[in-house]
Amino acid sequence: MPTGKIADNIKNLFASIGRPVNLMEVCGTHTVAIFRHGIRDIIPDGINLLSGPGCPVCVTPLKDVDTAIAISQLDGVILATFGDMMRVPGSKHSFYHAQAEGAQIRVVYSPMDALTTALDHTDKTVVFFATGFETTSPSIAGTLSEAERLGVKNFLIYSAHKLIPPALKTLICSQDVNVSGFILPGHVSTVIGSRPYRFIASDHRTPSVITGFEALDILEGIMMLLTQIASGKAEVEIQYKRVVREEGNQKAMSLLNEYFEPCDSHWRGLGMIPQSGLHLRQHVKHRDAKAIFDMDVPDATEPKSCLCGQVLRGIKLPTDCLLFGKMCTPEHPVGACMVSTEGSCAAYFKYSLRVNHG
Amino acid sequence: MDRILLGHGSGGTMMYRLIRDFFVPVFELTSLHDSAVLEDLGGGKIAFTTDSYVVSPIFFPGGNIGDLAVYGTVNDLSMVGAKPLYITVGFIIEEGFPIEDLKKILFAMSNAAANSGIKIVAGDTKVVNKGKADGIFINTSGIGIIEHGIDLSPANIAPGDKIILSGPLGNHGISVIAERNGITFHPPVLSDTAPLNNLVSQMLATTKEIHTLRDPTRGGLASVLKEIAIESGLCMVIEEGLLPVPPGVRGACELLGLDPLYIANEGILVAIVNPDMAESLSKVMRNHRLGKASVVIGYVQEAPQETVLLNTSIGGTRIIEMLSGDQLPRIC
Repeated sequence: MPTGKIADNIKNLFASIGRPVNLMEVCGTHTVAIFRHGIRDIIPDGINLLSGPGCPVCVTPLKDVDTAIAISQLDGVILATFGDMMRVPGSKHSFYHAQAEGAQIRVVYSPMDALTTALDHTDKTVVFFATGFETTSPSIAGTLSEAERLGVKNFLIYSAHKLIPPALKTLICSQDVNVSGFILPGHVSTVIGSRPYRFIASDHRTPSVITGFEALDILEGIMMLLTQIASGKAEVEIQYKRVVREEGNQKAMSLLNEYFEPCDSHWRGLGMIPQSGLHLRQHVKHRDAKAIFDMDVPDATEPKSCLCGQVLRGIKLPTDCLLFGKMCTPEHPVGACMVSTEGSCAAYFKYSLRVNHG
Repeated sequence: MDRILLGHGSGGTMMYRLIRDFFVPVFELTSLHDSAVLEDLGGGKIAFTTDSYVVSPIFFPGGNIGDLAVYGTVNDLSMVGAKPLYITVGFIIEEGFPIEDLKKILFAMSNAAANSGIKIVAGDTKVVNKGKADGIFINTSGIGIIEHGIDLSPANIAPGDKIILSGPLGNHGISVIAERNGITFHPPVLSDTAPLNNLVSQMLATTKEIHTLRDPTRGGLASVLKEIAIESGLCMVIEEGLLPVPPGVRGACELLGLDPLYIANEGILVAIVNPDMAESLSKVMRNHRLGKASVVIGYVQEAPQETVLLNTSIGGTRIIEMLSGDQLPRIC
């Protein structure tokens, strides 16, 4: 369907609904894509697109960042991490600062690169700071499997992985969240499929659509959500059919389950969510950096006045925050949502600040 | 002798031999005096620039630190409308650096100088202890002459001017990122590193109605346009659908979570020109080897001031800001 036709359909559906509609894009990649394509310019006012908790950098708690930094400062340790984490402010400083002070930190594009680093530096312990949702975690499981196969002794994992469905459940159950439909993440769903989201429809009567990242994907996803809302339906639909299957990627899931199991986990901005994290299973506990180093890092408090927690739940817009664009900018991020390029505050700052205020 | 030793920077016979056997013949230096003495440069203003090169990896698909260091300075001179004439080269080399690699770099610099029609007239070499540098760092400084009547400055830009881009975006940055991280593409993405002085001189021979030239190196097209917008106090508008992004660059950017607008280029330029001259000038540019893909990508308007706007392919608009810090790859 051409762009113009979808835009017309959206306009007509919205008119037939006859009230403002809040849609939440759960995934940070969607937040950025919505800005990049200028989606807000071609949908009617009154369809409010809210950013959700789907940026793994943003929801990684301060304590995990502080602990990983403390581990990176130990003699004989090389810490490997994905690039997004480098600028994340811990309670004192970031990985960049730690690196400047002499810590051995490597940015990798794939966890397999971290394993290669371990093979190349047998005199060091390589710790991979494993962050990310179900999109990323199977590749860490694959790397663990390879490390076991090769018997690499100096390779450890610090698991800060998170699971999307439990976070969504907490979000929906929270009283102050007002969302009429969810634009569900395309990449995560490639791995887990559509079934884990069924509770959104069955328990909460809320429509949701697993959506791709091109402009037309997002517009079609919005159209499908409005169609459900207009007809009073609540289903989990797949717009991103060229990639996502209802059953997900079974091979990736079984690899993930072989090495990781769910655990209670703290989310920055959202707090403790039952069974929303992943830790290493018993048979690979000898690779669990958290347990092995057992660092005594104090609990950290979030910066005062930072609204990241409410932004991550779609209650506040980044522009509602007093720090936004003043104290808190991509060069000097205060809250986590300003750090990652896929954080909602960073996306608002990069793409919309001057439109609203200029 | 197959590696650089500390003694090669000590000022004694080892250094003398290194310079005599490698640098002098490759660069065709005529004197080893303390300074180069240049011929009378003639009339016109003198443009003078310097830049240091620390690229890692030193060798990347399509080039190496040597040609990059020469072309970079040639292009900096060209962007103010100068005809580049002479450059100097300074090396900081890490102890243990392979002489074979040094030779390759020197030959690349010599070829680059010949391709650009400039002369390397002076140089310096220092060797630092192992671990105190990353292989080799190069500084180049260059001098050029700006002929009478040429005045390239953002102050000349006016609403209505057109924005021309001389070639595809992102090739250099992606070639380096790919090499650095052991990622291969088929076909490979090659750096676009090239001297732009000849293209610029043909452009200036066609019209003097060129208001500003910039080469979108670090920070990419987005950062350069934002700088021009700030310096001119005007608004740059570009059309997403007109931006030439090669498939390899697009694919790599999607894979790594990067934006082609912010990726470095080393062989393309942006020209802001009088709208009446835009089509004829881009035709001239398309006839040049380094401007085959030249295209008008947008225009200048009065407001909002100091802003860059991008009209998206589906009819939306977004603001383009400067790159802040490094572009970091995403994790999901």
